[in-house]
Amino acid sequence: MKRIEAVIVGGGPAGMAAALSARQNGLENILILEREEELGGILNQCIHTGFGLHTFGEELTGPEYAARYVEKIEKEKIPFYTGTTVLEIQSEEQSKLKTVTAVNRIQGVFQLQADTVILAMGCRERPRGALNIPGFRPAGIYSAGTAQRLVNREGYLPGREIVILGSGDIGLIMARRMTLEGARVKAVAERLPHPGGLMRNVVQCLEDYDIPLKLNCTVAEIHGRERIEGVTLVQVDGENRPVPGTEEFISCDTLLLSVGLIPENELTAAMGAAMNEKTGGPMVSETLETSVPGVFACGNVLHVHELVDHVSREAEEAGRFAAEWVKKR
Amino acid sequence: MGKEKMRKKEFICIVCPNGCKLTAEVSEESGGSSVNVTGYSCKRGKEYGQTEAVHPVRSVTSTVRVTGGDHPLVPVKTVKEVPKEKIFECMEAIRALSVAAPVHIGQILIRNIAGTGIDLAATGNVKQVQ
Ligand SMILES: Cc1cc2nc3c(=O)[nH]c(=O)nc-3n(C[C@H](O)[C@H](O)[C@H](O)COP(=O)(O)OP(=O)(O)OC[C@H]3O[C@@H](n4cnc5c(N)ncnc54)[C@H](O)[C@@H]3O)c2cc1C
Ligand code: SF4
Repeated sequence: MKRIEAVIVGGGPAGMAAALSARQNGLENILILEREEELGGILNQCIHTGFGLHTFGEELTGPEYAARYVEKIEKEKIPFYTGTTVLEIQSEEQSKLKTVTAVNRIQGVFQLQADTVILAMGCRERPRGALNIPGFRPAGIYSAGTAQRLVNREGYLPGREIVILGSGDIGLIMARRMTLEGARVKAVAERLPHPGGLMRNVVQCLEDYDIPLKLNCTVAEIHGRERIEGVTLVQVDGENRPVPGTEEFISCDTLLLSVGLIPENELTAAMGAAMNEKTGGPMVSETLETSVPGVFACGNVLHVHELVDHVSREAEEAGRFAAEWVKKR
Repeated sequence: MGKEKMRKKEFICIVCPNGCKLTAEVSEESGGSSVNVTGYSCKRGKEYGQTEAVHPVRSVTSTVRVTGGDHPLVPVKTVKEVPKEKIFECMEAIRALSVAAPVHIGQILIRNIAGTGIDLAATGNVKQVQ
């Protein structure tokens, strides 16, 4: 089995910054494993500006921010396998070595032995099953992040008349994006009395385009059998109960759900790490080490970060702590 | 001196996630206008307030179709902000465009987009495939 000093799971901004920092702190033998065909993580589909103000002192788009790190990874000759999914991480009680099981098209299923593992798997969107909307589940319902990938990576506009449920940043950004592409966003409905995303996104994504933001409002019913034909919006009171008589039908061919992100932690939990119920990520010490010795976590897998700059900084720390851990052994 | 007219505008700074509430007082004099901004926490916010009160500008980000590449699209941005009322004209130019791979980050794809004097640049790389 190939022995690696630090295996980094995930090649998004967290994984790349952690790898660079581990290298700077003396680790030669590093490997990044990334599920997608490219490094960069979620940044590759975040084509809007708003990244890197702290790290680079200028406002970059997501792909530009990612590209700067990819360049550094290539310059430092840090090896990475793309198209490679990590399936399992096991820790040896005695030796404290980790066995990482992964799969890709070239090697099939393979195993690596690692001194340390840095978890940088990011987060994913809450499943839509978590939404309790009565009615059928016709075609035309997407999570905002899926819509973002379709529009920005594949060039496919999911619909023409859109209603967005939830006012998280991805939903707000997608309201503008789809408007620019010629769709009509008829409403953004938010259950809470305040928007979920940043005010700057409410202003530049909704107000700039006269897209109505309906607060204290949710989807009561989804209409349509094959394809969605509309939704009924309803006002809710402080206890999240629908207020009778406030129902409003809005026709649409697409409903986007922007209902929040949760850390991607199947691997972490399966490894037996103690989890933090509040953040959805693993519990970590002040050195970002999980309850499994020698396994560190950083970025959105630990907790959902608002700014990528914070992700990069935290990941640098994790890389340094991992390097120190290896040297101490 | 011509008579002074004051207009007060309140808006949120969109330059960074802090979202400071800005107040701009625009006084229109015969020779032009001067803007007094309050509420900002940094220089960028002050500059934003001055522009926003008189003539709002935004950067436009989108994607352009690519032929013969490892991706069907390349992300793009206007290298500087364009006047807000020109956004949809910029989008028309962006949608009409198709470029051949390879495309490099920073490559200018449209010069002087929609007559704004601003260029459109690629923000990602697309490799050529045989
Ligand atoms: C729509 C949207 C808009 C945003 N806007 C902004 C903004 O304007 N400004 C800003 O600063 N920040 C913004 N952010 C936040 C920022 O992009 C994220 O915080 C940051 O990308 C998180 O980095 P990460 O590396 O932790 O996760 P990710 O970027 O998600 O990377 C995780 C990587 O791990 C890989 N992976 C997962 N599981 C496995 C596995 N089992 N095996 C192998 N690989 C795996 C994934 O494929 C992915 O590439 C935005 C985020 C989103 C989603
Ligand atoms: S004024 Fe400065 S700190 Fe406040 S939102 Fe604008 S850029 Fe951010």
